[in-house]
Amino acid sequence: MSRMPSPVKVPELSKADQDRVAQAGIDLAMKNRCGSYLQMDQEIVQAECSQQGIEVLSFKKAMEKYDGMKEYTWQAVSPEKDDITKYVAAQKDPKGYVIIAHKGSNNILPIQACLYLGREQIQHVHNIIVAEEGAELHIISGCTSGAHVGKGGAHYGISEFFVKKDAKISFTMIHNWSENIEVYPRSASIVEDNGVFLSNYVCMQPVKKIQMYPTATLKGTNAVARFSSVVISLPGSYMDLGSRAILEGKGASAELITRAITKGGTIISRGHINGKTAGTRGHLECKGLILHDGIIYAIPEIEGSVVGTELSHEAAVGKLAKDEIEYLMSRGLDEAEATATIIRGFLDVKIAGLPEALQRQIDTSIDVAEKAGF
Amino acid sequence: MLHIEDLHVKVGDKEVLHDINLHIDEGETHVLLGPNGSGKTTLLMTIMGFTNYTITRGKIIFKGEDVTTMMTHERAKRGIGMLFQRPPTISGLKLGKMLTAISPGKKENIPELAKSVHMDKFLERDINKGFSGGEIKRSEVLQLMIQDPDFVMLDEPESGVDLENISLIGTAIGSLLEKDKHLIKRKKSGLVITHTGYILDYLDADKGHVMCEGEIKCHGNPREILKDIKQRGYKECLECRHQ
Repeated sequence: MSRMPSPVKVPELSKADQDRVAQAGIDLAMKNRCGSYLQMDQEIVQAECSQQGIEVLSFKKAMEKYDGMKEYTWQAVSPEKDDITKYVAAQKDPKGYVIIAHKGSNNILPIQACLYLGREQIQHVHNIIVAEEGAELHIISGCTSGAHVGKGGAHYGISEFFVKKDAKISFTMIHNWSENIEVYPRSASIVEDNGVFLSNYVCMQPVKKIQMYPTATLKGTNAVARFSSVVISLPGSYMDLGSRAILEGKGASAELITRAITKGGTIISRGHINGKTAGTRGHLECKGLILHDGIIYAIPEIEGSVVGTELSHEAAVGKLAKDEIEYLMSRGLDEAEATATIIRGFLDVKIAGLPEALQRQIDTSIDVAEKAGF
Repeated sequence: MLHIEDLHVKVGDKEVLHDINLHIDEGETHVLLGPNGSGKTTLLMTIMGFTNYTITRGKIIFKGEDVTTMMTHERAKRGIGMLFQRPPTISGLKLGKMLTAISPGKKENIPELAKSVHMDKFLERDINKGFSGGEIKRSEVLQLMIQDPDFVMLDEPESGVDLENISLIGTAIGSLLEKDKHLIKRKKSGLVITHTGYILDYLDADKGHVMCEGEIKCHGNPREILKDIKQRGYKECLECRHQ
């Protein structure tokens, strides 16, 4: 039987910081969540789940309970990959969460994972997310920092996803960092037969630097991966983003969609689909808008090595079209309203297979940016 | 309703409209005819206030107010509306979202109005993306129904539209122009560009004008002018007795 989830108790957070947590998609009242993991700096505040068949554990507890999680730990991401992975692998007391959706389980309400950076110089986490055979698991990950992190800081996050046969994971990550935070996620997923992996990323707020290039390896027959990213880069922000899908299983398919806007910051939008098996399909799409002088550098790559893989990409970077703005003005919107309406539409990516609550959360994050003025 | 006096318009460095004078009273619908490239669309875009069209001389008076230098949205708010012949595609922006944005307070009418022009299944589609000719025009009419302007400009509402859709669009436009009301009760006015004249079956136009080479060369009964053009082309029209 499922029980009611407990509200998250975070007495240390000021009202301003609670608002920042909420903007990252975290529901402290737990009204629409079935489980929660909250880590403030290196302290684990909460790790629980009320949904039968799904466990939310701290990394340490999961290691103890499941004998080191040998089947999963460092199996999707190599600890030797780079300085970030080496740093996290060398930790004596690793933090982070493990979420396991056991065979056949399904969470209608998502689990939330909040990684909050307050005082520490470096927050490090190692997360493992598993959807066992036939399970369906939805996670919203809100990453944020305190409003008054004056000295700056960095977040190193390893995330390893395992989507077993006929299983599905949707992982929606909303970043709400600040100007002096550097963020280095290192993520990879392995998707088995008929598995579906959805990865959604939203960043509408300033950040000093983000560097990430999550990879999905579709090993199974008819495995599916969809990555979508919706980002705005403000002055001073450097965002090196990307996503990669390796199509190994027969009939595997991937879609990588990015909507990027610069208002003066830098966005490097990478994408790579590698079709290794006949009968695989992939599409990569990056659309960028330059609202104020900044950089959008789209690097779409498609690589096929066998007959029968079908890959495509489209990339476009430009400005708002004057005829579109004037068209809306002829319907009575002033220039600012017309511009905001077009930008809102540009960012409006609907993700097939994503629960409505999570789509709404993505929309809300973009709405907040719209209200503040794109 | 609309009074245009001695209007000269440049696009880039080139003057494309010369000495345009036009007066449309409340409740009247006028038709603008002319060969391709004669300046008809330019006149409509200028009245709407699009920035590519620079007025170098003359003025546009709308409902007694000089709107010559007003921005497009200010003109729209005062009651000028336009059906575009080739409106832009706006990627990502859903038709329903756009209608909501332009109709504060009228949101609840959108599904019903959309259904009336068979556009209810297009509300979640990107504006004009992959729309057929008829769908584009029905989308334009729907936007005008929401906007409900006092002065409606229609740029070739029947182009690219099949006969069935012409009937639907014509009836809706007739309603926009209050053609279903008695003559003396009509408050809405219109200016319609047409090549075929099919749309006139639904509009009962009051006056016709022929534009050639950026000038209005001829005025008269719209059906007579259209008949002349169909029989003799525009060459003789240029020598019209009304000039």
